[in-house]
Amino acid sequence: VGTGPAADIAAYSGVWVFAEWRSGTIHKVSHELLSAGRVLANKRGVPLAAVLLGHRLDDAISEELISYGADVVYVVDHPELAGFRDDTYANILVELIRRKRPEILLAGATSIGRSFIPRVAASVRTGLTADCTDLDISEDGLLLQTRPAFGGNVMATIVCPNSRPQMATVRPKVMKPVPVPGHKGSVELVTAPEEWLRSRVEVLEVIPEADKTAKLTEADVIVSGGRGLRKPENFKLLEDLAGLLNGAVGASRGAVEEGWIAPSHQVGQTGRTVAPILYMAVGLAGAIQHVVGMQGSRIIVAVNRDPQAPIFDVASFGVVADLFEFVPEFIKRIRTERGESS
Amino acid sequence: MHIVVCIKQVPDTKNVRIDPDTHTLVRQGVESIINPFDLFAVEAGLQLKDKLGATVTAVTMGPPQAGDALRDTLSLGVDDAVLLSDRAFAGSDTWATATTLSAAIRKIGDVDLVICGKQAVDGDTAQVGPEMAALLDFPYATYVKSMQKLDERHFKVTRQTDEGVEVWKVPLPMLITVIKEMGEPRVPSLRHKMRAKKAEIPVWGAADLGLDPNSVGLCGSFTQVVRVFSPPRRTNRIQLSGTVQEQAEQLYRHLKQAKVPGI
Ligand SMILES: Cc1cc2nc3c(=O)[nH]c(=O)nc-3n(C[C@H](O)[C@H](O)[C@H](O)COP(=O)(O)OP(=O)(O)OC[C@H]3O[C@@H](n4cnc5c(N)ncnc54)[C@H](O)[C@@H]3O)c2cc1C
Ligand SMILES: Cc1cc2nc3c(=O)[nH]c(=O)nc-3n(C[C@H](O)[C@H](O)[C@H](O)COP(=O)(O)OP(=O)(O)OC[C@H]3O[C@@H](n4cnc5c(N)ncnc54)[C@H](O)[C@@H]3O)c2cc1C
Repeated sequence: VGTGPAADIAAYSGVWVFAEWRSGTIHKVSHELLSAGRVLANKRGVPLAAVLLGHRLDDAISEELISYGADVVYVVDHPELAGFRDDTYANILVELIRRKRPEILLAGATSIGRSFIPRVAASVRTGLTADCTDLDISEDGLLLQTRPAFGGNVMATIVCPNSRPQMATVRPKVMKPVPVPGHKGSVELVTAPEEWLRSRVEVLEVIPEADKTAKLTEADVIVSGGRGLRKPENFKLLEDLAGLLNGAVGASRGAVEEGWIAPSHQVGQTGRTVAPILYMAVGLAGAIQHVVGMQGSRIIVAVNRDPQAPIFDVASFGVVADLFEFVPEFIKRIRTERGESS
Repeated sequence: MHIVVCIKQVPDTKNVRIDPDTHTLVRQGVESIINPFDLFAVEAGLQLKDKLGATVTAVTMGPPQAGDALRDTLSLGVDDAVLLSDRAFAGSDTWATATTLSAAIRKIGDVDLVICGKQAVDGDTAQVGPEMAALLDFPYATYVKSMQKLDERHFKVTRQTDEGVEVWKVPLPMLITVIKEMGEPRVPSLRHKMRAKKAEIPVWGAADLGLDPNSVGLCGSFTQVVRVFSPPRRTNRIQLSGTVQEQAEQLYRHLKQAKVPGI
């Protein structure tokens, strides 16, 4: 295994978390990473830092990061950082790493983290482990990074022995966010020289998906439908259920190919990867290409009339039933509890 | 305009398993395919070629049989192909892969656009594209769903993010990683198939790329896989039973106990 120019390993110390700030709020994955980072920092006996890049960052945001365990927050506040661009974000993180030399850097495996963190790793010449679901540390400070590969059929534990920092992106919703009440930390403002902020990319337009059902990757509850739904109107049933649980509607490629629902709802290898608290798979078979996109969910409920359907292999709860009978009944049950009439 | 498309030959992941005794991947009986996202990358290159006129070169790093994957892209209409194959490349992590691919792109020369898939379905890291862009010092955009030419030196790219859609103006030379919306792959034509059959595909090794064998493959990698194992099974599956009313009741109680939000 190769040795980077960062071979002076002893000079690197401390655990860092990239705090993902998106137009005013901190992404939940950053809370999760601070909690995971706190454990690692305690084991190593080193400080935990959060790195916060953005614009008009008020103190409350740093306080929020401290309340999840950060000992120090490095803040870079500049109009050029108001929107995400790979090059400006990467340049700044690279410079900070060169100056302060952390031994570990964690970031969320979000569309932002997975875009620019590889550029950071390549620029500082170190290894990067993708989309981790478990982190541990050995006695001599080696980060043990465990991740799924081969579409989730295989788990691998990966180390980065001879270069620093040890870098990983971590899948959202896997680590538990644990606030540290009363925790004290400091804020260090870093002024970014102009050359760190130079970009070749011009952002012409940012179009947030107004449709809240498209916010699949953020939802705590997802109700997904497949070819078993039979026609587009029947997705209304799933919308009702998702609506009751404040969740989003997903779909198999089968349903998308039939034209019953927009492709932005597709979950799986060629769609979105999701990991909600509850994933209900309704009238979909559970093909491996679908399963790789949802198997990280905490609770999986499968509703299918075929007891042999492969979706049952990954289910926490199996319901063998006709979906057109079961789903209305389940909706009714939730409504009764709330004292609503159905 | 010169476009390079990076493709990877991958095992058909639905059959990949870990041997419980040896703790290694069972590759026997597993078919090789072109990484599905790389077919969208090839299609993106060919659409630009159709619209704007361009030369499209496909590149892969892999064992000699990865040449088959390149031949398949030639039958789709790709102009040239280069196979990067050398025992020294074995065991590459994403950094070493990006090092080798970017050296090949420099050797090809005058490349305006590099197109990668969003991710490979075996390694699943999605890191090779952005790492390669860093090594080539190209601007780049990930998760691209469409692109249009603005002027001789700039393209407008539309990317899909977790929140929605972003439209960026990016100068050439640049690198993109693409998703399905870029275009469903076309079918091979008879004419291109004939040409593909006869085509000579050059094979470049570390020496051809001017790379020190210690800077590539396992030796040149920063990360190391220390253990592979099967994912823990969900053995605790609870099969509900009874009438639909009874099942609805049971499910409701289980989810309530698990403190699912909304229940
Ligand atoms: C390269 C590649 C990439 C792919 N990517 C994806 C992807 O990202 N996402 C994805 O989902 N698929 C993907 N697929 C397709 C995948 O292989 C399956 O074809 C697809 O997921 C099937 O959709 P389905 O389960 O809805 O349909 P079907 O396989 O037709 O299953 C329908 C299910 O509904 C059940 N059912 C029918 N009626 C009822 C009823 N009344 N009540 C209860 N149950 C009922 C049936 O028992 C059956 O299990 C991909 C395929 C390839 C080759
Ligand atoms: C179980 C397991 C886990 C691994 N985890 C990591 C890890 O966390 N970090 C790490 O650095 N390495 C890891 N590796 C090594 C990694 O799989 C290889 O480096 C691989 O060559 C490239 O990574 P990828 O398959 O993830 O490709 P991705 O980065 O997902 O591929 C993206 C795109 O890059 C292009 N591309 C990728 N490989 C090639 C190629 N050989 N030829 C041409 N184009 C290509 C394609 O366009 C592809 O669509 C792992 C390997 C295994 C077996």
